Amino acid sequence: MKNLSKWWKSGSPWIWLNAGAVAISMVTVIALLSLILVRGLGHFWAADIVEVVYQGEGGSQKIIGELIRKEQVDLKSLGAEASEINNGERWLLKTGNREISADFRWIEQANVVSVSKPKELVVLERSEWGAFYGYLISVSEKGKLVAKGENAWSEFSQRVERVASLRKKVRQLERVEMGAINYQLEKLRLKRKKLEIDKADTPTALEKIQLEERRLGEEFDVYMADLRALNQEIERDSAVFQVMNGQEVSISFAHVIEGLRPNSMGYAQKITNYISTFVGFLKDDPREANTEGGVFPAIFGTVVMVLIMSIIVTPFGVVAAVYLREYASQGIVTKVVRIAVNNLAGVPSIVYGVFGLGFFVYFLGGTLDSLFYPEYAPAPYLGTSGLMWASLTLALLTLPVVIVSTEEGLTRIPRNLREGSLALGATKAETLWKVVLPMASPSIMTGLILAVARAAGEVAPLMLVGVVKLAPELPLDGNFPYLHIERKFMHLGFHIYDVGFQSPNVEAAQPLVYATAFLLVLIIVILNLSAILLRNRLREKYRGVTG
Amino acid sequence: MSDFNLYQTTPRQRQRAVVDRLARWGVELGGLSVILAIVLIFAFLLSVVLPIFVPASVDRVAEFSQSSLAQSQTKYLGISENGEIGFRFSQQEPLQFFYSHDGSLIKSFELPFDGRLKRVVPVDKEGHVFALLDETNHLILVEVSYLVSFESGERELIPRVGFPYGEESIEIGALGDPQFLNVERDEEGLAFVYLNIANELQLEYYPAEEGDEIGEVDSDYNLEVSFPVDYLLVNDTAELVLALSKQGELLVLDIKDKDDPEVLVNQSLLVEPVTVQNAEFLVGGSSLILATSDHVLTQWTLQRKEQGDYRMVSPRSFDLPGDSSALITEARRKGLLVFSAKQELTILHTTGQKELITTGPLFDRADNIALSSRSDAFLAEVNPGEYRLFDIDNEHPEVTWHGLWQKVWYEGYHSEEYVWQSSSADDDFEPKFSLVPLTFGTMKAAFYAMLVAMPIAIMGAIYTAYFMTPMMRNWVKPGIEIMEALPTVILGFLAGLWLAPTLENHLVAVFSLIIVIPLSFLITALAWQFMPPSIRNLVPTGWEAAMLMPVTVVAVLLSFEVGPLLESVLFSGNIQLWLQENMGISYDQRNSLVVGIAMGLAVIPTIFSITEDAVYSVPHHLTEGSLALGATPWQTLTKVVILTASPGIFSAVMIGLGRAIGETMIVLMATGNTPVMDFSVFQGMRTLSANIAVELPESEVDSSHYRILFLAALVLFAATFVFNTAAETVRQRLRARYSNL
Repeated sequence: MKNLSKWWKSGSPWIWLNAGAVAISMVTVIALLSLILVRGLGHFWAADIVEVVYQGEGGSQKIIGELIRKEQVDLKSLGAEASEINNGERWLLKTGNREISADFRWIEQANVVSVSKPKELVVLERSEWGAFYGYLISVSEKGKLVAKGENAWSEFSQRVERVASLRKKVRQLERVEMGAINYQLEKLRLKRKKLEIDKADTPTALEKIQLEERRLGEEFDVYMADLRALNQEIERDSAVFQVMNGQEVSISFAHVIEGLRPNSMGYAQKITNYISTFVGFLKDDPREANTEGGVFPAIFGTVVMVLIMSIIVTPFGVVAAVYLREYASQGIVTKVVRIAVNNLAGVPSIVYGVFGLGFFVYFLGGTLDSLFYPEYAPAPYLGTSGLMWASLTLALLTLPVVIVSTEEGLTRIPRNLREGSLALGATKAETLWKVVLPMASPSIMTGLILAVARAAGEVAPLMLVGVVKLAPELPLDGNFPYLHIERKFMHLGFHIYDVGFQSPNVEAAQPLVYATAFLLVLIIVILNLSAILLRNRLREKYRGVTG
Repeated sequence: MSDFNLYQTTPRQRQRAVVDRLARWGVELGGLSVILAIVLIFAFLLSVVLPIFVPASVDRVAEFSQSSLAQSQTKYLGISENGEIGFRFSQQEPLQFFYSHDGSLIKSFELPFDGRLKRVVPVDKEGHVFALLDETNHLILVEVSYLVSFESGERELIPRVGFPYGEESIEIGALGDPQFLNVERDEEGLAFVYLNIANELQLEYYPAEEGDEIGEVDSDYNLEVSFPVDYLLVNDTAELVLALSKQGELLVLDIKDKDDPEVLVNQSLLVEPVTVQNAEFLVGGSSLILATSDHVLTQWTLQRKEQGDYRMVSPRSFDLPGDSSALITEARRKGLLVFSAKQELTILHTTGQKELITTGPLFDRADNIALSSRSDAFLAEVNPGEYRLFDIDNEHPEVTWHGLWQKVWYEGYHSEEYVWQSSSADDDFEPKFSLVPLTFGTMKAAFYAMLVAMPIAIMGAIYTAYFMTPMMRNWVKPGIEIMEALPTVILGFLAGLWLAPTLENHLVAVFSLIIVIPLSFLITALAWQFMPPSIRNLVPTGWEAAMLMPVTVVAVLLSFEVGPLLESVLFSGNIQLWLQENMGISYDQRNSLVVGIAMGLAVIPTIFSITEDAVYSVPHHLTEGSLALGATPWQTLTKVVILTASPGIFSAVMIGLGRAIGETMIVLMATGNTPVMDFSVFQGMRTLSANIAVELPESEVDSSHYRILFLAALVLFAATFVFNTAAETVRQRLRARYSNL
């Protein structure tokens, strides 16, 4: 007992408690990352489909679906109306087939008669109505039966691939060729309006525009005919499936993106499928109000925005740091600048969004519109949130990150190097450009990487100055001037918020949100780790020089 | 830098000198632009916010007399929406439209009348539709509208006159004093309310939509009023009729059901000898405004009592400078204009609870006054044919200090309250702009976040800086940095979609963690203490945190295993239900606890890094001196290290607080975003930042709502500015002190 009180007095328990705080933090970080990792990566795995014979109200029935999770419930607590159900485990099944019945279903384990995994069960990924589960009965072409029974599946797979390649052509046609014509037509409309405003709408000028419009219109019609033919081809085939209540449903291949029989797939097949699904997630467009498909536009938008931001923020951040370290005499001014930098870093990001919306979008954009782009009226051109303003806002937001990191790098450069350069007759600017900045470049890189990581994860200000849930066009495409700074764009972080919280069917969208979150976390962790490594190596490097 | 003038300079040297100088200027400009940026942000936010605090002003912009407007007595004077065009209905002349700044005639329209015009009754609040009554008690409805034309190269308004209910007039039978005639419409028809020859209150309802001919009367109702009626008012939704005497006796009739009107209130509003001087409905039709002989203006609104019967209650009153001669309510806002007997104008706003301006006498007398529906101009006929036009600059009357930060009694509420409710579907809606619930929500969220973050971050940082082995420190610091870099949208999404449902199912387990985890640490420490030295020597000191990581995991798993058991034993199986029944606490799935944990995680790394830095930089000779004098490491820590580093810890907390206050995505996703004022852990909140994120994209530019959201941003900016500047000053001082030590 005496030992115990001595132990208590020595303060050792307090040290352990403090150690515990670190342990809690580390466990939380690891737990968070692994939660995202497991759930995010699980999304791409082709899970087995189960067929459950279930004894529910009105006799036994067959339920086909994917087992999402099992849960222990205390059904007593659900209230009086649930009193006839017993306590126990309940399962959440994703039964898909949204056009026929509810796509998620809770069942009680107690009422399950049997569970099996028939190899013939097919899961379809469709362009509308979400997933589909059922047994393939037959495949027909133009209404005529081509295959039935066991060979129906190989026929089905072939035709799915055929439709996929056709769909690719349609996409190319719509996005690239027809998109370009639409873009040019819009430019012509604006040109005409501009001529009218400038009172230069002479008959010859107008005629030229009209001629051009007619040419484009004819071209468009040709593409339109191609498109129609392709779409007819896509709609040619259909397949008949039997769903869980025994009903037979005909599904046109036009809606089928992919068909799988996960229960008959081996691990090798599943891994191949996993990789191709993951690649599809990275390079496909979202479908069904963003709850299915890929996140390509969001990745693309994030990258383009971050690139423009980097181009803006780097020079300003470096110049400010150079001023603080190399030019300013350390006094009241540098003190104020440091306080300003710290405050810029501490201002809530939403305030930047408010400032960006009011100043960049409405004030600057509105003024530029009325001065240079009157032909766009009444629709705003620059006077609405878009890529340019979002990049500028985030550049302002990440400026302190670059300044602080660059300044740290400059501090670590030994004085004698600068003095050596000056002693050899170089001007201060030359010393800066040829000696100091090259040596500081790794720390500038570090700052930039941290700024990029911050910008990639920031959502609140972007909600005000430029991101949208679904952008019809990418901000960078084949139409002159290629980079469209006025366009709205999609963003990974906002995608998570939008799909996870604004979509009508949150349960169905959850896996995709985790996958997107995983992607975002992966990008940010990689960026941060590389910044940390770069910085550590830098410190090692200068430790020698200073000595 | 080098002085080139000592020697003969070559062009190349001169060029280098110029480049050097340019570089210097460029860099200095760039450096100072950081200050510029912060000043620009502040100045811009302020410039958007300031107009809401600019006092109202009234200016005379034109006066004219026009003989063409002098003939025949004016029966009604009107003005277009923006105050550009005036029009007047007169006893015998056609309807005349004229420019309100000089009186020059634009157009006149003959009206389909045989006799003389007896009275003009405005039917809608915007001043477009009028009911005209002639001497033979025939009535016709006329609509005044404007066509915007650019034909002459400039924007031009062309007045038009139409007959929305056909050109056939209808006869009002048994009409008593015509000044009591009221015409109002709802979606399905027109209601005529007047006093008949027998001085009874009479209601006639004609089902007629716009474009239809007025058909047969559908319902016909009359009611004897026990007092002499001096004011008869119908609200603009044609649902309430008020009959009022000079002495303040009031009868309120509900005419929602036109076949079966119901008397709601029979009440006397005034005490003798006070009398009514003016009475008018406020826009929205649920408040009555009375100007009385005791120079007070009172708002009365209908309130339902617990027993189900109604009473008129008065949320607020204003003092007036004198007797009132005219009372005009604004068409789109809860504002009103009162002209005194001396023709001084007082502009008030009921929600803002503020007298916005009182002018000197504007003219000697006015026969007719017309207020534009935007309430930015009014035209007064001061003598036949003689007019004055005034501009009112009063953009944001509803935004006052009182309205933003104090309790306000809104229409339809039972008492004064703090409410934020900005969505305005139409002009009848009373916007409720109290920043108090939002500020409260912000502070509540920050409080719970700090409650979670502060102990973990500070204790962890102290351990990391003072006790941990360098090897483990090399792993912990990047880990914390990764935690800091995690986008808040990820934390928010996990909080909303994973943590909130988990907490709901395992509430008892999570609360038991508060005891179980520290207890498990202590037990581990004790067990370690009494381990045989052979085992103890395996792990050197400074690795305690690593040993406790599996302990944490086990403690959490254990709590989750035991949680349901505890719940069924202590809280009869469902803690939410138990809280509701025994404590009266309701449980929101997305509540402050979720926000506290999620935002705590976002704040921990901030506090951790700065505290760790402060503790680590405590000069070594101080600690070594203390240890040399025989103090234990723990004593050295509490008596020397923490005391020395305390300013640094303070600044860490300040910066963490600044971050918690401004955090947006986590609160947006992890709470229900309802602006409630409730400190309960199990309720959500709406913060200033989340409110901005939700409402600003939909807000109309330069509206009061827009400017208030900017004010919210400015408040956030100012708050974080204070915290950050305080923290930075403290840190700079501390750095100076360390270098002195």
